[in-house]
Amino acid sequence: MVQLLQDKDRIFQNLYGLRDHGLEGARQRGAWHGTAAMIEQGRDWIIERTKASGLRGRGGAGFPTGLKWSFMPKEVGARPHYLVVNADESEPGSCKDRDILRNDPHLLIEGCLIASFAMQAHACYIYLRGEYIQERNRLQAAIDEAYAAGLIGKNASGTGWDFDVYMHHGAGAYICGEETALLESLEGKKGQPRLKPPFPAGAGLYGCPTTVNNVESIAVVPTILRRGVDWWTQFGRDNNKGTKVFSISGHVNKPCNIEEALSIPMKTLLEEYAGGVRGGWDNLKCVIPGGSSVPLLPKEICDTVLMDFDALREHQSGLGTAAVIVMDKSTDVVAAIARLSYFYKHESCGQCTPCREGTGWMWRVMERMVRGEAETSEIDMLLDVTKQVEGHTICALGDAAAWPIQGLIRHFRHEIEDRIDNYRAGKPIFVPMVAAE
Amino acid sequence: MSDLRKVNIDGKEIEVPADYTLMQACEETGAEIPRFCYHERLSVAGNCRMCLVEWVGAPKPQASCALQVKDLRPNRDGTPANIRTNSEKVKKAREGVMEFLLINHPLDCPICDQGGECDLQDQAMAYGRDTSRFEENKRAVDDKFMGPLVNTIMTRCIQCTRCVRFVTEVAGVEEIGLAARGEDAEITTYLEQSLTSELSGNVIDLCPVGALTSKPYAFNARPWELDSTESVDVMDAVGSNIRVDSRTGRVLRILPVINEDVNEEWISDKTRFVWDGLGRQRLDRPYIRENGKLRPAGWDEALALAAEKLKGEPEEIAAIAGDLCDAESMKALKDLMGSLGVQNLDCRQDGAIIGGGARSEYLFNTGIAGIEEADAILIVGSNPRLEAPLVNTRIRKTWLNSNLKIGVIGEAADLTYDYDHIGTSAADIEKLTTSTTGFAKKLKSAKRPMMIIGAGALGRAGGAQILRACGELAAKFEMVSADWNGFNVLHTAAARVAGLDMGFLPGEGGKSTVEIAQAAKQGAIKTVYLLGADETGADYGDAFVIYQGSHGDNGAHRADLILPGAAYTEKDGLYTNTEGRVQPGSRAVAPKGEAKEDWAIIRALSGHLDRVLPYDSLFALREKLIADYPVFGALGTKPDTSPDFDVKTVGQAGKVPTDDLTSPITDFYLTNPIARASNVMAECSELIPEQTLTEAAE
Repeated sequence: MVQLLQDKDRIFQNLYGLRDHGLEGARQRGAWHGTAAMIEQGRDWIIERTKASGLRGRGGAGFPTGLKWSFMPKEVGARPHYLVVNADESEPGSCKDRDILRNDPHLLIEGCLIASFAMQAHACYIYLRGEYIQERNRLQAAIDEAYAAGLIGKNASGTGWDFDVYMHHGAGAYICGEETALLESLEGKKGQPRLKPPFPAGAGLYGCPTTVNNVESIAVVPTILRRGVDWWTQFGRDNNKGTKVFSISGHVNKPCNIEEALSIPMKTLLEEYAGGVRGGWDNLKCVIPGGSSVPLLPKEICDTVLMDFDALREHQSGLGTAAVIVMDKSTDVVAAIARLSYFYKHESCGQCTPCREGTGWMWRVMERMVRGEAETSEIDMLLDVTKQVEGHTICALGDAAAWPIQGLIRHFRHEIEDRIDNYRAGKPIFVPMVAAE
Repeated sequence: MSDLRKVNIDGKEIEVPADYTLMQACEETGAEIPRFCYHERLSVAGNCRMCLVEWVGAPKPQASCALQVKDLRPNRDGTPANIRTNSEKVKKAREGVMEFLLINHPLDCPICDQGGECDLQDQAMAYGRDTSRFEENKRAVDDKFMGPLVNTIMTRCIQCTRCVRFVTEVAGVEEIGLAARGEDAEITTYLEQSLTSELSGNVIDLCPVGALTSKPYAFNARPWELDSTESVDVMDAVGSNIRVDSRTGRVLRILPVINEDVNEEWISDKTRFVWDGLGRQRLDRPYIRENGKLRPAGWDEALALAAEKLKGEPEEIAAIAGDLCDAESMKALKDLMGSLGVQNLDCRQDGAIIGGGARSEYLFNTGIAGIEEADAILIVGSNPRLEAPLVNTRIRKTWLNSNLKIGVIGEAADLTYDYDHIGTSAADIEKLTTSTTGFAKKLKSAKRPMMIIGAGALGRAGGAQILRACGELAAKFEMVSADWNGFNVLHTAAARVAGLDMGFLPGEGGKSTVEIAQAAKQGAIKTVYLLGADETGADYGDAFVIYQGSHGDNGAHRADLILPGAAYTEKDGLYTNTEGRVQPGSRAVAPKGEAKEDWAIIRALSGHLDRVLPYDSLFALREKLIADYPVFGALGTKPDTSPDFDVKTVGQAGKVPTDDLTSPITDFYLTNPIARASNVMAECSELIPEQTLTEAAE
């Protein structure tokens, strides 16, 4: 039997908003405790501890956070350094950051201070998703409280470090969650990804050295430093350490956000916290384990797979933002993936060719496949088109649009073929346009 | 350039500067990289993805236009990074991108004006698949209105954003953008308005497909039918290098030719679209005015009449050369007038008093490319955006890329860059000279300060005094030193510098343009010879006016005798631009009807006067020109402008006028007879916003 994470080891003690989200409540739960002492340890200590913790970015790519921080110039030159927090949580299925933002905002703000200090940034921008209105109000209230309490601002927390936090409200575009598009948007331009290199650590916001981190990546840092790397590394397998907030949605009995240790078996996660799959585990068809952009996994894999970066990658999927989308056997999986294709077609910025042209093409072919109105040979053509998009674009949206289709063809090719056969036999399957809901 | 890096491209190891892009490095080895969005003179967008190359070891192919050699990590064993431009992976990537570009591109090449010179067509041949796998409906996009010059067929657009980057970066008007997202992304002018740039035509050249094409040239010809002639533009004194494309004796379009020192790769809209004026309002045979009406005449009759009128007292004869004349015809006229003893010569039909002294006194001494070295520029009485758009482009480019400080005395026009507006009148020149604050401080601290004096300061009453004031200011701020001559005169007439160089100026006791007009009105001058001079604005009283030129414009309207000459595309000739750079113009087509090349008319006239000029061919005339004035021998190069003058003594001493300095150009599109004959230029002129037109009445 797998050991479940105990309540005392959860970083986000108020994930469900049952307690006070204000400063007083946050302090009672441990936030802002010993912040000044941690900062006094120095920036090398902070970065070194973060590296040692093995914390991998929680925004989807899973890049080691401490390593990312160490890419920032060691000395501040003519250009100031910035920390930008990516709170543009727009990945379909993902809703972990919003609970942090509205229920535990002080952990984030404290993390901002510590991370900014470590990277010698005097200013931090939090780029908030346009649709997050309540989150915006709660976060701004928390920032105001922190200023009033002297935790941030001039001489933040009595450390002698001047630090400002600015919250920016986006206009609601998925692409603005891509770090360089986010920076463009923050600068007031059209949210289009930039070419890399230069990477943000060299030339980011306003051309200055910048680090862009996910909300969760930043918010867990104070607790890791407070409780120690040893505490953190007892959770999860090697290279996949720590706890993670999973967003479980879809055909489960109790969809929820839950903080658990990484490397927990998917089956355990779904059964213990989400009330199990609707109709029982055997009714499971497939799971998208990390938000809409990662390839889905069929039940056979879900039976045993562990929820961490490496295990999911072994199965040609990914942990992404750990947004687990569960689909039971009632799901028209072709239509579900077609709906995702429509999403990526809609959210493509249109800047570079493969994504601009490819997402529309893929969606249209997918729509025909939903009806079975296609040639069997087009399945391979579609797969080829996804390969032509993947890896050829400026940002990862092209990959994100390609992967769900690749996952579908990898595991459910027979369903598409059946559909084509049925259509040819004059027995088309009626499918409603939007099936994933 | 000292920082060199090694890189292995297709098995060839080469060493290139670290800031080279992969594309440049690949081209060094001779590898060809296809591209659509990349353009040398624009910022890197990296969005077409056509230039992908393989970096062995990297997970993804890399956009070679954007990745710099210094960003490459060497291999683990320390050998230089391996780049492949011809691997299967690269071929597949290019094929993929090509396919994506083509799925929504219409197959209307047979009716597309870009056909035959289309990047997409060429690269689809080289890198594309032979069939389409796209079964869906193609996208259609609404065409946008971009004014009378640029035709849009937006369905053909491949969203490379070259046009957007051009108008934003080079032209300095943010009037084109990529609106909407994803496959709905469209290039648009936002407000369906005509572009307000004098350089808008360049987007036609930049567009790699047929989305932006030339409206006046639409459906006129295929590129392979055209005869191309490289020549020089005469619309302003920049001397842009151009290519004149013609078919069956008609000029059908004009394109830029790259000259890094002059026009880079751009030309102004007037240069590009004036060609329809070459076919209208032409003087195609001699005319003689009888009883107030012009009647056609033969050459013999016309030349005999001209000779008769020129046989009078030399004091009663005058000659004025216009703005578009080639050097040879001016030389021939000067020689002819010299043999008649006529002293009343002038090539400055705007009435400017300049020239006669050292050459540096009237040249754009830094050169146009020299603007890029300047760190402070004072513009006096000039609107370079209208007077020389490509000089303005250079200033903007320098301003964008460096910490250039710019000050303006004169009109506060929109020049596409920020500047300190110091004042509007010439009196502000003296104020600035004595000032130590504001822009004077910036000028003082500049290492390479320069001054641009425009026709708005010189071509007016008191111009010579203003010039002196400018010279004193230049001396005060040390604009002229042993290795930097920052004293620049920006002319507006293509013929002006050549005229000044050969001294087509009043001789001993001779009269200038303004004095000639007065004397003619009073009856003291009886015969006026106008060599393409249409802008003097004088009526010459009862004098007999001989007009030699190409178009029926102001000069011909007043003329008593018309000798039909050749336009600049119809004759070989030398033109000296405002920098003093002598450039050869070439004959692309024949003169219209009975019209003749201008030097030949004057040569024939000399025979009727029994003063036969000593040259029978243009070559001989050019030899004489160079023998008399060696500056014409240095073709194509900017002259050495090490200061051979005392900048404090330019112009004339005296009271400086205090009224406002205004640019002589109120309507950019209608500055010369050819432009005024052009329908396209007339259309453009009508679209100029009202507020600029109100100033024209002055």
